[in-house]
Amino acid sequence: MARFVGRRLLYLLPVLLAVTLLTFLIAALLPGDLAYTMLGDQATPEKIAALRATMGLDLPIWQRYLHWLGGVLQGDFGRSFRTGETVLSAVADRMPVSLELMVAAEVLGLVIGIPLAILCAVKQGSAIDRFLTGLAFAKLSLPSFMVAILLIYLFAVQLNWLPATGYVPFTEDPLGNLRSFLLPAMTLAFAEWPVLMRVLRSDMIATLQEDYIAMAKAKGLKPARILLVHALKPSSLTLVTVTGINIGRLIGGALIVETIFALPGLGRLLVAAIYSRDFIILQGVVLFVAVGFVIVNFIVDMLYAVLDPRIRHGRA
Amino acid sequence: MAAPRGGRRPGAVLACALVWLALIGCAAIFANLLPLPSPTEMDLLGKRALPDAQHWLGNDQLGRDMLSRLIHGARISLSVGLLAPVIGVTVGGALGMLAGYFRGPLETLTVGGVDVLLAFPPLVFALAVTTYLGQSVLNLILVIGILGIPAFTRVARAVTLSLTEREFVVAARALGATHSRILLREILPNVALPLTAFFLLGVAVTIVVEGALSFLGLGVPPPAPSWGSMIGEGRESLDLAPWLAFLPAVVMFMTVLAFNVVGDSLRALTDPRPGAL
Amino acid sequence: MSAPLLSIEGVSVELPTPRGLLRAVDRVDLTLEAGRTLGVVGESGCGKTMLSRAILQLLPKRAKLDGRVMFGGRDLAGLSREALRRLRGPELAVVFQDPMTSLNPVLTIGTQIVETLQVHLGMSGIAATKRGAELLAAVGIPAPEQRLRQYPSQLSGGMRQRVAIAIALSCEPKLLIADEPTTALDVTVQAQILDLLAREQQRRHMAMILITHDLGVVAGRTDEVAVMYAGRVVERAPTPRLFAHMRMPYTEALLAAIPRLDSAPHTPLPAIGGRPPDPTRPLPGCSFAPRCRYVEDDCRAAKPPLADPERAGSLYACWHPR
Repeated sequence: MARFVGRRLLYLLPVLLAVTLLTFLIAALLPGDLAYTMLGDQATPEKIAALRATMGLDLPIWQRYLHWLGGVLQGDFGRSFRTGETVLSAVADRMPVSLELMVAAEVLGLVIGIPLAILCAVKQGSAIDRFLTGLAFAKLSLPSFMVAILLIYLFAVQLNWLPATGYVPFTEDPLGNLRSFLLPAMTLAFAEWPVLMRVLRSDMIATLQEDYIAMAKAKGLKPARILLVHALKPSSLTLVTVTGINIGRLIGGALIVETIFALPGLGRLLVAAIYSRDFIILQGVVLFVAVGFVIVNFIVDMLYAVLDPRIRHGRA
Repeated sequence: MAAPRGGRRPGAVLACALVWLALIGCAAIFANLLPLPSPTEMDLLGKRALPDAQHWLGNDQLGRDMLSRLIHGARISLSVGLLAPVIGVTVGGALGMLAGYFRGPLETLTVGGVDVLLAFPPLVFALAVTTYLGQSVLNLILVIGILGIPAFTRVARAVTLSLTEREFVVAARALGATHSRILLREILPNVALPLTAFFLLGVAVTIVVEGALSFLGLGVPPPAPSWGSMIGEGRESLDLAPWLAFLPAVVMFMTVLAFNVVGDSLRALTDPRPGAL
Repeated sequence: MSAPLLSIEGVSVELPTPRGLLRAVDRVDLTLEAGRTLGVVGESGCGKTMLSRAILQLLPKRAKLDGRVMFGGRDLAGLSREALRRLRGPELAVVFQDPMTSLNPVLTIGTQIVETLQVHLGMSGIAATKRGAELLAAVGIPAPEQRLRQYPSQLSGGMRQRVAIAIALSCEPKLLIADEPTTALDVTVQAQILDLLAREQQRRHMAMILITHDLGVVAGRTDEVAVMYAGRVVERAPTPRLFAHMRMPYTEALLAAIPRLDSAPHTPLPAIGGRPPDPTRPLPGCSFAPRCRYVEDDCRAAKPPLADPERAGSLYACWHPR
């Protein structure tokens, strides 16, 4: 196991380095002079030149990268030139909102997706299976912003049960907080369950054909144990991958959903940084999101080894 | 062979999808020839007007003809949706084939590069580039197209990898065929079908991404109509006239679904696992 | 004499395939007394595995079963799923062909033994673990306590088959079906596993059906042998009698196809020419006729019944017995 972890870590390092480089390049190569943006229209060429020198913008690009990377490695991601807020505190501020949304959406998606997948796999080819797989396929073509509109129309406009937008901090009003998260979480979960269900269903159908399932039946085990222990665990590798990828994507906050429902998460922070051309915040958050994605993938790889002992022993 | 009960229905669904795509495609191509009101002309007295003889689907919140906007919106959605994945399929397909065929350091580099690119939130990248470079249909196509490259690279590499071990490639190599000959004559024809299937699925994804960007007001610059921006604008009057949002949503959903159906049928053809079992 | 433990009466299994209905098992009758051993022999595809699945009621969903499988006085086909479940393990057990695939790769050996003991014998976790170790020791696995914590992929094929046997024996079944238990194993391990099965069968006074394609395997280890061809039993006799007086040309051909240690080097093996008939296109006459060396015209006209014309306890289905 230690060797397995070591090998994956060795691969992780160059990928992370490339991620930092690309992040830096995206922000650095975008048109528009930062010093000019900061000083505004009234800036004199001398002032701009002076600012460029103090910020190190006149250095060659590779020196700027190394300088920036050095800061990042020491935990200094820079600060917004607009608000003066450090990248670290801005991210720390918004992250709980995105995390809460992500966890709620992922749990909801799994709670819907897993039982339906098991049902479909057991009743493969039946009317209910064909209906659910058809529904899941159609759902793949329904983007989340449409689902959001639909849910807002149903639950906020027509029924008036839930707020259409807005965010209530948990510390102020726990129930209101949950209410404000319900529609966005449902929107994301709606996008999740069809994917999770399709993936688990097809893996589960393959597993149910395996000899060891026939063996489990021949041992006289109860059907629930056969399905949940003998079939679900070996079928869940792809499910874990997909869940991991989704979590990785949601680390950056669900950009669209956070915007529609006005949730102050990382996604909104990104959009705001883009609008205000606050490229230091943009750079910091993108780096944070990309690194988070790579690390989540690494954890998923490790989970593989926990789920499937064959990966742990031997053919790593 | 397809199971008897599953054999007919997918055929009917596929036919519906093709008919719908043909309809939307023709409407988009001949939009200017159709006897339609202008998609951008406002009728301030006819805001959110219900359908009548002149405006078959009514007017939007600025009094613009809905049918005309839907059809002109199809032009944007389809041109972005069809052109952007072309970038992915050519660049990604070539990279993936080369990586899968030559293996070695080239493959390591490509796979690593794909891993790095996939780590970035694509929508953020698209947003950043369109805000800095300016909102235009061309920029949209370029950005979404480049973002699709890693996915196409993965598919092409995976298919090529499985092909290089097959007898006909091994035989061609044993006969002394050059690399370029093997790649073009033996591998490309076999990679083409799975890539085409993936291309169609890519079209569906692209239409959604364009819709999402336009929905946020960052896609196609107004007042040009796009399904995404129509949904976004219609959202403001969800309580007064919900159809203003739902009408373009339904059209967009049907189109995306149709591309998914066609792409999936094509993928099922290339999938060695029989779907009937 | 009491009723036999297992009696299969007119069992047929039909499977729908794209090419038409496939009759995998065709009106098979067999009986087995408690504590006795029956060998079922035939080429791959002759229906012997489907027959074993029919006895276990583990046929594929789409398969259609006709006839009766009487086990301990009950028709298994008529039992509820729950009643069947309670039967499997304590009364009916099976060892599958390939221990690489019959053990769950993601569960420890311990879990896979313990769960059976717990569900059928109501043992506590500690007692079941202790019993599991004893069972592993009984089938010849060294350091059983450590093995309990290991996964199947950490064991060799022979060891895995021993584990599968230990699981099958764990609830003291009355009937064990061993479906080609040594086919997937190294030749050196095959005899060990067969001897282990024979030893445990005698010690526990358990009935056993040993399914194999190798007549040599059943020779010293069974009381009776049934030879199957194209879904039907074509010869059935007490083992010593079968080897002394083989009547069916197919059985003879099967025996001739076994390599012999005492033959000269490079002696070609007399393989059985041709292939078994297409099971979706039944022949009007004897199914073996197209491949038989002694075929005559009447063989192609009508199917010979499985009968004992000599009243010697040996049944065969052949118009022109050897």
